[in-house]
Amino acid sequence: MNILVCIKQVPDMEARFTPNATGTWFEESGLAFRMNDYDEFAVEEAVRLKERLGGEVEVTVLSIGPDRVVETIRKAMAMGCDHGVHVRDDVATDRDPWQIATMIAGYARSRGFGLIFTGMQSLDRGSAQVGVLVAELLGLSCATTVVGFSCDGATATVERELEGGTRAVVRLRLPALLTCQLGLNTPRYPTLPNILKARKRELLVLSPGEVGVEAPLAEASGFSRHERRSTCTVLEGEAGELAGMVVDLLKERTAVLRRGGGR
Amino acid sequence: MKALLVAECRQGRLVADSAELQGFARALGAGASMVLVGNPGELPRFDGRLYFADAREYGEYNPDVHKRLVLQAVEAERPDYVVFLHSSYGWDLAPRVAVAMRSAQVSEVGGIVAGGFVTGCCNGKMRRTVRPLTPCAVLTLQPGAFPAEPSGGEPEILRLEAVKDASVELLRYEPPSVGGIDLSRAEVVVSAGRGVGRREHVELVRALADALGGEVGASRPVVDAGWLEHERQVGTTGQAVSPALYVACGISGAIQHVAGMKGAGFVVAVNTDRDAPIGEVADLLVVADLVRFLPALVAKLQA
Ligand SMILES: Cc1cc2nc3c(=O)[nH]c(=O)nc-3n(C[C@H](O)[C@H](O)[C@H](O)COP(=O)(O)OP(=O)(O)OC[C@H]3O[C@@H](n4cnc5c(N)ncnc54)[C@H](O)[C@@H]3O)c2cc1C
Ligand SMILES: Nc1ncnc2c1ncn2[C@@H]1O[C@H](COP(=O)(O)O)[C@@H](O)[C@H]1O
Repeated sequence: MNILVCIKQVPDMEARFTPNATGTWFEESGLAFRMNDYDEFAVEEAVRLKERLGGEVEVTVLSIGPDRVVETIRKAMAMGCDHGVHVRDDVATDRDPWQIATMIAGYARSRGFGLIFTGMQSLDRGSAQVGVLVAELLGLSCATTVVGFSCDGATATVERELEGGTRAVVRLRLPALLTCQLGLNTPRYPTLPNILKARKRELLVLSPGEVGVEAPLAEASGFSRHERRSTCTVLEGEAGELAGMVVDLLKERTAVLRRGGGR
Repeated sequence: MKALLVAECRQGRLVADSAELQGFARALGAGASMVLVGNPGELPRFDGRLYFADAREYGEYNPDVHKRLVLQAVEAERPDYVVFLHSSYGWDLAPRVAVAMRSAQVSEVGGIVAGGFVTGCCNGKMRRTVRPLTPCAVLTLQPGAFPAEPSGGEPEILRLEAVKDASVELLRYEPPSVGGIDLSRAEVVVSAGRGVGRREHVELVRALADALGGEVGASRPVVDAGWLEHERQVGTTGQAVSPALYVACGISGAIQHVAGMKGAGFVVAVNTDRDAPIGEVADLLVVADLVRFLPALVAKLQA
């Protein structure tokens, strides 16, 4: 069986974001990029399945984006993916989920993957669409928000996480696509020898035209900061001083220090 | 303008948030009809057309079949918008309906502006406006963004039917792990987030909770890492808390976390990032490294 994992490279969320020239998305200069959290669980699950099933399973990792995403593809290969595919697309961040999905489906269509793993959502866009769109375009069975997974070759049994922490145990026919939720497994850190080995491997580089991309269905504008609640008091300074100010404010604005707190 | 609202049923119950769909339709100024695959004994309060299929017959989670059922209602209503909640049901089903209709989907809609819908991005830190380019659009609504406004009255029920073959089958539900910890009654909750950095630093958070006579809570990554028990997780997939004081230590304020603590009376956030979205719900944002600040605060409280 062949497995595909789709990964996205996203910026560190602690960064300061400013709008790009068109106001559609963030300015990239100065940002540090890494693998989308949810996709690390996807890579780990695919690699574990390969390790369980042995010999005949191969894992391909695919990412769409500019040249910077190669580093993240290599990280996935250092974690144990066998093949890397880079759909080199300098305008990937301006594409809508539909376009990204048509490209992934275009690549996967004739390649007979038995399982496709994606993240449940990307941290930066957070649409939670791409995985399900790919499944529908390819006619695969699909379940989202997966926190537990097992597979017997013909079916997969997964646990979907629902609100409140309840889980739904669901069985799917293969081929299937699963979108991975936080906590599905514990993603490994690649070892140094594996990092070095992954660096030397060849990637398949394709253009959007080669995999096929459709016109967008939505457009974005007005990328901007959320406004902070006006009543929020922001304190900055040295730790000891801050602590004093916080205690004073707690005394002034709450009753907790009077109710037997502050021991 | 017409909106088709897709309500949800889980474990035999109508999902309460389904009434937020009606609040959204009102905010949009759209006429509304509803769809539900659910329990005939648990119908929404709604004085319009309700396209209904019985979940005992079609399954509560059966996306292939639910897609066909929703598409039939779409066929009958020809709405401008098909609206779901951004929930484990909605984000699973909405893109399937969107593909079948070749429609744009806008996820996690939090507001309506001229020319589009406002959605959060960059983990809730930023936002932008997304405008569908297709005649009909599929939307999922951010939980809590629109008021739950059930209309009075009884719906007019129209039965839906579809072929039942499916590639996905719900086998059973597993309840969440429950322990002896009940955060919902705590007066003070001090929560550890990924910003604690290491397991040892969870103790700094615990020390503050002790000093304030409160309970320790956590964001999800801290629980996933095994640093605290799942029962301490605050958020949509954990517990909802409403203490008089909530202290968020190294927590960014992702919407799924905030959903569990927005009932708190007074919120203090400790974060190195001045722009962290937790600032939107905090009364007090202390811009500091928690490793230095928490011991200093504990010392002051004990002085
Ligand atoms: C379907 C679904 C359900 C979910 N359910 C939940 C849920 O129930 N509960 C939940 O919590 N999450 C939930 N999540 C995850 C949620 O989206 C976020 O990923 C999570 O809340 C982030 O946790 P965090 O704030 O601790 O970590 P991060 O987002 O990584 O934030 C860490 C913060 O710490 C700050 N920081 C770093 N170092 C320091 C320092 N030294 N001192 C002070 N501050 C520092 C950073 O500036 C940052 O703001 C869910 C996600 C999904 C998709
Ligand atoms: N540019 C991309 N390249 C490869 N996979 C992607 C890309 N964008 C999104 N994905 C996959 O789709 C998932 C959901 O993304 P999204 O719909 O943007 O929230 C991600 O977790 C990835 O697995």
